[in-house]
Amino acid sequence: MTIGLLTIVTFLPAAAALLLLLVPRREETVLRVGALLATVATFALSVPLYVRFDARMADYQFVEYARWMPNLGVGYHVGIDGISLLLVLLTTLITPVALASAWRAIDDRVKEFVVTLLVLETGMVGVFVSLDLFLFYVFWEAMLIPMYFIIGVWGGGRRIYAAVKFVLYTMVGSVLMLVAILALYYQHGAATGLHTFDLPTVARWVMPPGTSQTLMFLAFALAFAIKVPMFPFHTWLPDAHVEAPTAGSVILAGVLLKMGTYGFLRFCLPLFPDASLAFGPLVFTLSIIGVVYGAWVSTVQPDLKKLVAYSSVSHLGFVMLGLFTLTSQGLVGAILQMVSHGLSTGALFLLVGMIYERRHTRMIADFGGLWAVIPAFSAVFMIAVLSSVGLPGLNGFVGEFLILVGAFQVNRTLAALATTGIIFAAVYLLWMYQRVIFGEVTHAENRDLRDLTPREWALMVPILLFIVWIGVYPVAFTSKMEASVDALIAQVQSKASVAFSR
Amino acid sequence: MIPAPPVNLAALAPTLVLLATAVLVLLLDLFPPRNDKTHLAVVSLAGVIGALLTALTRWGRDQRGFRDMVVLDNYALFIDVVICYAVALVILLSIDYLRREGVQTGEYYALVLFSASGMMLMASANDLVVVFLALELMSLCLYVLAGLFKQRLDAGEASLKYFLLGAFASSFLLYGIALTYGATGSTSFERIVAAASGPDRSVLFLVGLALMLVGFGFKISAAPFHMWAPDVYQGAPTSVTTLIATGSKAAGFAALMRLLLGALRGAQPDWGPLMWGLAVVTMTLGNVVAIAQSNLKRMLAYSSIAHVGYMMVGLVAGGTSGAGAILYYLFAYTFTVAGTFGVLTLCARAGEEAVEVEEYAGLGRRHPLLAGMLTLFLLSLIGIPPLAGFVGKFYLFGAAVQHGYLWLAVIAVLNSAIAAYYYLRVVVFMYMREPEAAGAQWTPSFAGGVALAVAAAGIVILGVMPAPFADLAQSAVATLVR
Repeated sequence: MTIGLLTIVTFLPAAAALLLLLVPRREETVLRVGALLATVATFALSVPLYVRFDARMADYQFVEYARWMPNLGVGYHVGIDGISLLLVLLTTLITPVALASAWRAIDDRVKEFVVTLLVLETGMVGVFVSLDLFLFYVFWEAMLIPMYFIIGVWGGGRRIYAAVKFVLYTMVGSVLMLVAILALYYQHGAATGLHTFDLPTVARWVMPPGTSQTLMFLAFALAFAIKVPMFPFHTWLPDAHVEAPTAGSVILAGVLLKMGTYGFLRFCLPLFPDASLAFGPLVFTLSIIGVVYGAWVSTVQPDLKKLVAYSSVSHLGFVMLGLFTLTSQGLVGAILQMVSHGLSTGALFLLVGMIYERRHTRMIADFGGLWAVIPAFSAVFMIAVLSSVGLPGLNGFVGEFLILVGAFQVNRTLAALATTGIIFAAVYLLWMYQRVIFGEVTHAENRDLRDLTPREWALMVPILLFIVWIGVYPVAFTSKMEASVDALIAQVQSKASVAFSR
Repeated sequence: MIPAPPVNLAALAPTLVLLATAVLVLLLDLFPPRNDKTHLAVVSLAGVIGALLTALTRWGRDQRGFRDMVVLDNYALFIDVVICYAVALVILLSIDYLRREGVQTGEYYALVLFSASGMMLMASANDLVVVFLALELMSLCLYVLAGLFKQRLDAGEASLKYFLLGAFASSFLLYGIALTYGATGSTSFERIVAAASGPDRSVLFLVGLALMLVGFGFKISAAPFHMWAPDVYQGAPTSVTTLIATGSKAAGFAALMRLLLGALRGAQPDWGPLMWGLAVVTMTLGNVVAIAQSNLKRMLAYSSIAHVGYMMVGLVAGGTSGAGAILYYLFAYTFTVAGTFGVLTLCARAGEEAVEVEEYAGLGRRHPLLAGMLTLFLLSLIGIPPLAGFVGKFYLFGAAVQHGYLWLAVIAVLNSAIAAYYYLRVVVFMYMREPEAAGAQWTPSFAGGVALAVAAAGIVILGVMPAPFADLAQSAVATLVR
């Protein structure tokens, strides 16, 4: 068996982590540079995935298969399609940025930190490339542990509470998914005579509608809804975000939350089409509540990091809305919005982290008038804020617009309600920006803050580049998705027992 | 004149190797007498490796002896291998542990080996009388071993409690055997099969079955017969606790599975629902009570009760998948638990065993490698992939789903989520809290280090490449469940 590109991209970080374990812990620079090189190399290797990806094909590409547990029908099956391609790239882009953001912020147990972060990257990429239910579950569960350590060891004051809450919440959801995976395996085996965990094979089977499909959908949906997080399963998120170190928050917002929405897209929709349609109205309702509630709660947060954290609840409500419209525009918009949210919220967390490193406070009331003191920071911050608001020309607009187009075709009231979310986003983000950046310098400590350092520029520039690129020329990204998205919608349409037209 | 039963010593081969080594150890302890007993440990270890090799070479060649009272089939051999690994790890951990605790006696290794031979005999027993005999051989040695630290009060308590409750349970078992004999006219598993498969079973038989389950429930520490476990786990020397948690549990399950899934498979409608209830009670009680423990040995005692509950899920499911899953789980569990307790035996504070969770605060800074290993073992206990504990649970709960026990599987996985809390608490202390006073330090130990490395390698290999081992386990139970 030859080792393919996708396997290398997935396991290069873990291999690097094993190597770095051999480096003595006092060689902190070697550890940091080694880890950064590994993650940058991973990103460099993942670029050919994008370049060589054939946008006309809806099927999985870069597929690799190896027997793993043949008697059970478990295989090492990886591949990407238009849905996962961008998420893999987002992961490989965000990880080196997160690592670089921790260059100075994390000076305690550097060895453990870089090893944990590298293992986490393998877990995250693994989730997006797995085409076997068993393999997917392995990565899904395994990446919990490094994140737990990142929050719990390098986090803030209530880090232990936040870390344990994060793990227990996620665990309860995912263990039920394990039972559902097993039940699906045996039902598929009984119906077709073929016992396999292979996702494409199982997805071709048309599961009869009924109680068992509903229960399996709910078990999968719970695991993903907690991860997204959908209202009312979001309460772990503010704690985890606020307590995590900047690098942890960036990865949490940038990549981890996308695993939930990706799970809905990859598993719930094609495997349980009837249940997905039946629960559509409920998902819409919870999404709208999430969009509006997240925005309202963000508005009143005195803490910058908490504000950004709650804005994630709002933005991911949009993504869920787009997914369940089951329209081409809605789905493409949702996937693009996943990437956009990863970039813009990642950028916001990075900037909040930078200002926290300088002032050791994140309270909005402690700032004001920063424009005069640190103009470069303020400018970059403005771009990130506007991208999150959804200003046309930047990345956030494209995804939200497409989602609203999708939602409008399904239900006009829905689209109207969702649009209020965008207005509220402008309110809480711009109001926050105004209080932090404009006005007079009210605190003497803010007078001699340092502006962006070269290292900080270096980690912001790639993100800003993509923020503008997606905003100005989104076709470069959406074109890669369209074939896969249309195929997915066609699959749901052909498998669902009740006809629906969108 | 009663003809002597045909003797086929080959059917006892691995057991005999252990017995011979035990006798040799006793003799070597006397001639010449030495204060340091490391040489006895080396001899014992050699004996265990000999037994392991004997077992491996017998694979696929069934042997029966003593009028079929003892069989050495693949099933027994699989359990023998598990027991050999368990005993070998225990011996490796014991050397420096006993030296540090200042309790060096030659009988220790002999008793461990005698007890291990009893465990192996339980796996081979094909007759209720032999089951009882083997159980007593194993248990009596363990009672003595539990009280090895005779100056310590809790050791005395552990030993006495274990002995009294154990004797009580043995008498339940014996009474059950007697009633079963009365109901079926035989103690041989082969004849019980026919009697148990009939359409209606007598009250006598059912009472006998219930009493036997009480006896076994005690030995595997299933709720509500688990009361002894926390006290014994806490009071016994940690190396002995390891043996009780691994080897004796494997042996108890070995005999119970041969009885329930083999001899009494026809009576599944009678014991199945009972086992369902016991499994739920056992795992839930174990996990919930473990949350409240601050003493690690007690916590692990309750955790082991919970794991017994998971394995009982496999009993309820039955079939090759259920039985094979239990064998795999026992194998995986042995490495995991031996590793966990192994770290505890190697950690001490001011010469005293470190067993309180607070003493492990900051271990990740003081001894990164040791803390890393303990984390690995705990993650395997939680069932985080890709470690052995996860694959074991996957097989067990998969068997339950396969045989239609969906809700049992749901209860079991929710229990695993509860369990994550108290296992991670130890990790919290090791990595996320700073020590308030002097914390646990590790006693440098080459043998102990080897044991931990073997255990860690075992759970990684079993987790990443489970297929060959799971296939072996499945084929080993093929003759058992038919």
